[in-house]
Amino acid sequence: MAEIRLENVQKYFGAVHVIREVSLTVKDREFCVLLGPSGCGKTTTLRAIAGLEEVSEGRILINGKPVQNLHASDRDIAFVFQLYALYPHLTVFENLAFPLRATRIPDAEVRKSVTSVAESIGITHLLKLRPGALSGGDMQRVAIGRALVRRPKALLMDEPIGALDAKLREQMRTELKRLHLENGSTSIYVTHDQVEAMSLADTVVVMHDGVLQQVGSPSDVYLRPANLFVAQFIGSPVMNIADAQLRDEAGKASVLVHGAAFEVPREVLAAVSSRQVKDMALGIRPEGVLISHEETAGARSVSVHLIQPYGPFDIVDLNVGSQTLRARTPSGFASGKGQQVWARLDTTQAHFFDKSSGVSLGLRLG
Amino acid sequence: MATVTSYGQRLGNRVAVGMIILALIVFLAPIAWIGATAFKPRNLATTVPPTIFFAPEVSPFVKLFTKRVQLKPNEKVDYESAPWWERIVLDGGERISRTGRGEVQLSGYPSRFLNSLIVAITSTFLAVAMGTITAYGFSRFKVKGEADWLFFILSTRMLPPVVVAIPMFLMYRAVGLNDTHLGLIILYTAFNVSFAVWLMKGFIDEIPREYEEAALVDGYTRMEAFFKIVLPEAATGIAATAVFCFITAWNEYAFALIMTNRRAQTAPPFIPSQVGSGLPDWTVIASGTALFLLPVAIFTFLLRNHLLRGMSFGAIRK
Ligand SMILES: Nc1ncnc2c1ncn2[C@@H]1O[C@H](COP(=O)(O)OP(=O)(O)O)[C@@H](O)[C@H]1O
Ligand SMILES: [Mg+2]
Repeated sequence: MAEIRLENVQKYFGAVHVIREVSLTVKDREFCVLLGPSGCGKTTTLRAIAGLEEVSEGRILINGKPVQNLHASDRDIAFVFQLYALYPHLTVFENLAFPLRATRIPDAEVRKSVTSVAESIGITHLLKLRPGALSGGDMQRVAIGRALVRRPKALLMDEPIGALDAKLREQMRTELKRLHLENGSTSIYVTHDQVEAMSLADTVVVMHDGVLQQVGSPSDVYLRPANLFVAQFIGSPVMNIADAQLRDEAGKASVLVHGAAFEVPREVLAAVSSRQVKDMALGIRPEGVLISHEETAGARSVSVHLIQPYGPFDIVDLNVGSQTLRARTPSGFASGKGQQVWARLDTTQAHFFDKSSGVSLGLRLG
Repeated sequence: MATVTSYGQRLGNRVAVGMIILALIVFLAPIAWIGATAFKPRNLATTVPPTIFFAPEVSPFVKLFTKRVQLKPNEKVDYESAPWWERIVLDGGERISRTGRGEVQLSGYPSRFLNSLIVAITSTFLAVAMGTITAYGFSRFKVKGEADWLFFILSTRMLPPVVVAIPMFLMYRAVGLNDTHLGLIILYTAFNVSFAVWLMKGFIDEIPREYEEAALVDGYTRMEAFFKIVLPEAATGIAATAVFCFITAWNEYAFALIMTNRRAQTAPPFIPSQVGSGLPDWTVIASGTALFLLPVAIFTFLLRNHLLRGMSFGAIRK
């Protein structure tokens, strides 16, 4: 088992700067998820750790030992590829045995290891088949089995279940979690799917354009997004972001969103002015926009624009001034377009950002 | 699953089948003729109209594998106690009775056939091996001026080979490669290697890099990954390329004629040389040709599954 450290890792493809100054520590036995939109450099980072891609600058350390100049075969790391990369000309058994045969391990021992890993991932009945005869889910199980069979120092997975359909993905997520709990190997898992990230990760690493945006626990990145990018990338439906101005009128503080004033506690005024922010953006998740049929304190009258039923709840787009604000309501709460309802912001769920840099002001109310 | 076909489609299918039958007749008729002539008695070989029904004989093959040699004055052949095949060669004793002398020896055909096999198999192996490794390099590594190199390799095929025959002949004579197996092998390998590089590059490009990368992270060296993963995955392409190279080398005539005369001569220039002076015996030439066709037919038949898949150039592979 192992601790993996990246120190100021940089990677250029020609003139394209794909990984920028990435520093990261993945602790022993940790399940770390690298999350980011497609093309942000996740795969490249993972391949650099595995030794499939040379880094342009910086160090990669496994258990404190620099490995950035070692061949992939000398790093003792397993890699699960996006499209499985099972060898079509070998049976499932031979695919699983393949990593073991790289070293001179006696046949009996190979058989034992393969059988035990096949049992733990539930594919004992498939050992004689060729990969071409397997379903997508089974191929993925074999690919993960092949990574585990060698008991590597660390397990790297590149969107391993991204190609499966939704139902199977959910099932495989649970299995991956169980396997990690059983094996406890240090894992780095790449995905662009935040649900996967949140459900699997001990630590979520959000990446964008080759830059690490935030490293933290799933609840950290959800509840305390470090910047506008993380705030909008994590959470579904997406967080409302609006230009916001603070007002101080008649002893009441309010925030002006889309031309509509919502009341906020007075301490916000002092906190924001001490940070000397020129333009401010307010972020609030749909569940932070509270709506009701009757007028309540601090609420404003708004009209319903669009209703998207999600099943257990509805997402309702509200017209506020010339813009819209997304709210989460009990299902069936709003009856149709044009209906007038009362909306108010739950300021304990509000996030404040410096609009020009995108950085969170770290201001939480309540 | 039922397939819905329109009248037009059915008509189209019939026309297509008709065309295929026509093409088959055009391609197979000469081969049928060669096969038939190889078993005809000599006097039926060139009749007009052609003889279609006849009692097959093996005499053309016996004559193909033997030759008559003049005896020294006081040697004598006991025709009556000669084995059956010698009697066929000696035309029912007519030749001996006319001259009183004659002996039967093994003809040059078997050794020419063996030469063909040696040269074609060795040059095919070399061309495919070199082509595969070169294609792998082009496919997997950044090569400076890759497109230019590939074009250069292809350009070696743009000149009709015979154009360089005379300079090649002079060079070969200067270095003593004339009439050697090695000389022909080098020539045929050089012909085929460019073709092999291009074909194999197409096939290797189709093999996902992840296969090798998976092997690399699992502790294999790149060489091991090449032999354990890339080669088996490229088997179809290798088979297709090998068949093409083998056919080219096996059928080559012009250079074999110019560069060899005895020791390393292959079958293609040998067979017509038997026409000789006087009346050619077409049955012997036909039997030599029929046998010559066999190895390619067998080789292609053995690899037919690979070939069919290979022809689609990875279109079926997922
Ligand atoms: N071998 C390569 N050569 C040039 N550019 C590459 C190469 N591999 C990836 N890139 C570029 O690097 C960026 C990051 O790619 P990647 O790491 O695959 O992103 P992700 O896995 O997050 O989708 C992309 O813009 C991609 O086009
Ligand atoms: Mg990727």
